[in-house]
Amino acid sequence: MTLSEEELAEELTEGPPPAVPSRARVVAGRFFRSAQGRVGFTVLALMFLLAFAGPLFSPWTYTDKDFTAFMQPPSARHWFGTLQTGSDVFAVTLRGMQKSLVVGLLAALVSTALAAVVGAFAGYFLGWTDRALSWVTDLLLVLPAFLILAILSPLFGPGQWPLFVVMLALFLWMVTSKIVRGMTVSLKEREFIQAARYMGVPPVRIIFRHVLPNLSSLLIVDATLNVSSAILTETSLSYFGFGIQPPDVSFGTLIADGSKTAIYAPWTFWFVAGLLVVTVLAVNLVGDALRDAFDPSSSRKGPR
Amino acid sequence: MAGFLARRLLNYVVLVIVAASLAYMLAAMALDPRSNYADRTPKPPPAVVDAQLTALNLNDKTPLLQRYAVWAGGVLRGDLGMTVAGSPVGEDIKRRMGVTFRLVILGLLFGSLLGVLTGALAAVRQYGWFDRLSTGLSFLVLAVPVVVLANMLILLAGWANEHLFGRQVLLVSGEYSAGLDAGLWAQVVDRLQHLILPTVSLSVGLIAVFSRYQRNMMLDVLGADFVRTARAKGLSKRRALTRHALRTAMIPVVTYFAFTFGALLTGATFTEKIFGWHGLGEQLINSIFGNDVNTVAAISLLAAVAVLCAALAADLLHAALDPRVRS
Repeated sequence: MTLSEEELAEELTEGPPPAVPSRARVVAGRFFRSAQGRVGFTVLALMFLLAFAGPLFSPWTYTDKDFTAFMQPPSARHWFGTLQTGSDVFAVTLRGMQKSLVVGLLAALVSTALAAVVGAFAGYFLGWTDRALSWVTDLLLVLPAFLILAILSPLFGPGQWPLFVVMLALFLWMVTSKIVRGMTVSLKEREFIQAARYMGVPPVRIIFRHVLPNLSSLLIVDATLNVSSAILTETSLSYFGFGIQPPDVSFGTLIADGSKTAIYAPWTFWFVAGLLVVTVLAVNLVGDALRDAFDPSSSRKGPR
Repeated sequence: MAGFLARRLLNYVVLVIVAASLAYMLAAMALDPRSNYADRTPKPPPAVVDAQLTALNLNDKTPLLQRYAVWAGGVLRGDLGMTVAGSPVGEDIKRRMGVTFRLVILGLLFGSLLGVLTGALAAVRQYGWFDRLSTGLSFLVLAVPVVVLANMLILLAGWANEHLFGRQVLLVSGEYSAGLDAGLWAQVVDRLQHLILPTVSLSVGLIAVFSRYQRNMMLDVLGADFVRTARAKGLSKRRALTRHALRTAMIPVVTYFAFTFGALLTGATFTEKIFGWHGLGEQLINSIFGNDVNTVAAISLLAAVAVLCAALAADLLHAALDPRVRS
């Protein structure tokens, strides 16, 4: 076909030219075409629905105590059975799930934001900024997060869980920030960033307007996978009494209580443990499927 | 090579010093040894409490930096300070160190060896049944936290003892049966019975992580030119895989090893506490609840040293595997 013919063909086609599908649509399409993505998304949506809409259907709230039923197995009256105190396991579990999901989501968001900012600043400015920030990153990688969080735990009194979220996030960002730094270093040499620089755009603005949006796919995937690590860390800390404090409950505190009675009352342990595993599994599936959707060639890279 | 290692070592020493100091400061700020005296009956007079706290270098009325200087000076002389009960921290820790390191080293050996092996095998037959099985299993394992896994193992062991073996084969509490009066052989068997489940609970997660990582690295390497060249010059497939592909694919895994060591220590803490082993991790958790600042600081120092030894070992391994580092 010669050029003139092409022009002619263009003139002959009716109506506006076909719209180029947006990137979000392409990614969403790829995401939902993969079995992983569909299963993960559905399960995760169900979990959220269960955690936040489930309590509406239960006759019991998480503070109620049924003094006629202690340590009873699941029945029509108590769907997941009851605890030693007479609390309804279903209601308590959903309450713990709400807290764990909220803590996990928030901690992941904060830590990914932190990773993006630290990594991008280190990679963009290089020199002393980079050395100082990289050193802090290494230092935090050296200290086992559990140890520091456990030491600080006396500060998270009852009702102080937002502080707990921030501390949790402080120990999740390091590896991502190293990746962001590396990508920023190479991104900095690209034409559009150089053009912005020669036009006199201030560096901070370049970072937030040009560098970070170009790393958005990495950051979205990372935020998703951080949700699962945050939930797991929260569970472990709360298990030993270092995280969410009573009267609040979370997966961790419930599993700690349940494991003591699990031998003769399996319903106090297995429902919570099962829901935790399914939730984390679903988050990981979504994260993996998202990574494949953003970059189909990367499907077999990375440790997770 | 020597220069490279010396630079790394210096960097690590500085990191250990900063990390340990940070841990001491945080512990001294967050924990409150004074509250230990609050609910004693009869209530000791404030002056006595002050004197006792000062003697232990735990008095929160002394400025933090002064307490830190006393502690740091002691550490440099090899004195880790006193516990809240007044006994030297060092002795207690020495006893517990063996317990923890036995667990960590066994977990690490099993975890990394089996993990690397699983990953390599899975990569050699990509999309074969073994690959699919190991991928699925590691995905599942990565979603189960150690605290849940350990409890599940305890429940499973109880069930298996009752229904499969008919006697107590898998023991779930402590390192050895107290008061067991039997020959050397029976003692060894008893210790092994106690060792199985904690080691499993510690290494399963590691196997999952290492196998995923090794598989991906191996897949990248298998298609590389130098593996084809090795085959073309007449090496058998097995030899090309083990001598060339596996070795190259292990380089990034070794680097990753340093990062997992901290997580391993944390996992050991959980495992010890749940299986009732009297190691450092259990001590850490107890001493945080007991406001025992010096013990917490000493364990943090040990943890930082251990992590950095692992990092140094990773550097050495890296240099051994990758000739480019040595030059």
